[in-house]
Amino acid sequence: MAATRKEIIAGLADIVNEIAGIPQDEVTEEKSFTDDLDVDSLSMVEVVVAAEERFGVKIPDDDVKGLKTVGDAVGYIESHQS
Amino acid sequence: MPAAINARPGSPYARIMGVGGYRPSRVVTNEEILERIDSSDEWIRSRSGIVTRHWAGEDETVAEMSVAAAGKAIADAGIGAEQVDAVIVSTVSHFAQTPSIATEIAHRLGAGKPAAFDISAACAGFGYGVTIGTGLIVAGSARHVLVIGVERLSDLTDHEDRSTAFLFGDGAGAVVLGPSPEPAIGPTVWGSEGDKADVITQTVPWDEYRPGDAFPALRQEGQTVFRWAVYEMAKVAQEALDAAGVAPEQLDVFIPHQANMRIIDSMVKTLKLPESVAVARDIETTGNTSAASIPLAMERMLATGQARSGDTALVIGFGAGLVYAATVVTLP
Repeated sequence: MAATRKEIIAGLADIVNEIAGIPQDEVTEEKSFTDDLDVDSLSMVEVVVAAEERFGVKIPDDDVKGLKTVGDAVGYIESHQS
Repeated sequence: MPAAINARPGSPYARIMGVGGYRPSRVVTNEEILERIDSSDEWIRSRSGIVTRHWAGEDETVAEMSVAAAGKAIADAGIGAEQVDAVIVSTVSHFAQTPSIATEIAHRLGAGKPAAFDISAACAGFGYGVTIGTGLIVAGSARHVLVIGVERLSDLTDHEDRSTAFLFGDGAGAVVLGPSPEPAIGPTVWGSEGDKADVITQTVPWDEYRPGDAFPALRQEGQTVFRWAVYEMAKVAQEALDAAGVAPEQLDVFIPHQANMRIIDSMVKTLKLPESVAVARDIETTGNTSAASIPLAMERMLATGQARSGDTALVIGFGAGLVYAATVVTLP
């Protein structure tokens, strides 16, 4: 069953917490991964791979560049999950 | 009826008998790198783990560094140079295709007339060389094989590119392979993924380079390489462990290609290696030396006591091609 937007944000918050050590409640839709959440380009790959596993989506490298904010990632996952 | 042809019996197995390395005398700090790029020591360290690297001087040529490293490996193996039957050199930074650099190195070592040739397998070159060398010994084509990984990547670096200027280093690492009564080099899990040939490349092919142009340099798609190295290569490393029949708890040492500290750390995490496994982190003071990185790290770990002779080590190289090679070995 597809995850809801709320579930996706919660899942991403767990992932970002695990990889970058940022508290879950700081991971909100308007936050930029790089500027606000201490997720650099390499950590972003780890976030993406973890999100792929958790939500059953494929996020190719070319699309990763377009995911600037948490909201971008939530939207991408929401529209690509099967 | 065809004539009966004699075959030369080989050794049942091969082992690494000795290892040697050469690091250029000039140590280059991040501060020096920062003279030509807009970045910071903190940024370089957090993205790569590199603090210093060695760059070769004019007289520290590919041949010179190789002879130095190989001489140490031969001495460590306890054989004479004349006992070397084959010399395999892996490099992407020897800038003459003909003749191969292996013949000059063999001659300068006083190895007599061994078979000698170069291979091109980028950062997987060491594993490719060891695999070929092992085959030669088992097939009876050679008794002792010298495998050298050598690079002057500072020559192939765009010193003004802030994403790669800090990454590369120079050096040579060598091992001597010889016959063994029991298995000491596991099955190699190796391969290539030519569909990703454009992920790590040389900016300008030699036949398009003209004097006065910017010299060719290595470039890579960092995120793509990172994802492939961490997640796909962890699977290859696991396959090599399985093929050798070695459980993670039985492993003493892990020597991945020293590409980037972040790749090394993530691989260790993905592979779930026990904390008892000593992990090579030579990149901190050596940078990425491509084909030379694994034997250089191996030599340093043995010299500093992080690893011991007889330890079981997982080695994996991966890089431009894309190519990869992983195997489990007993350390010399």
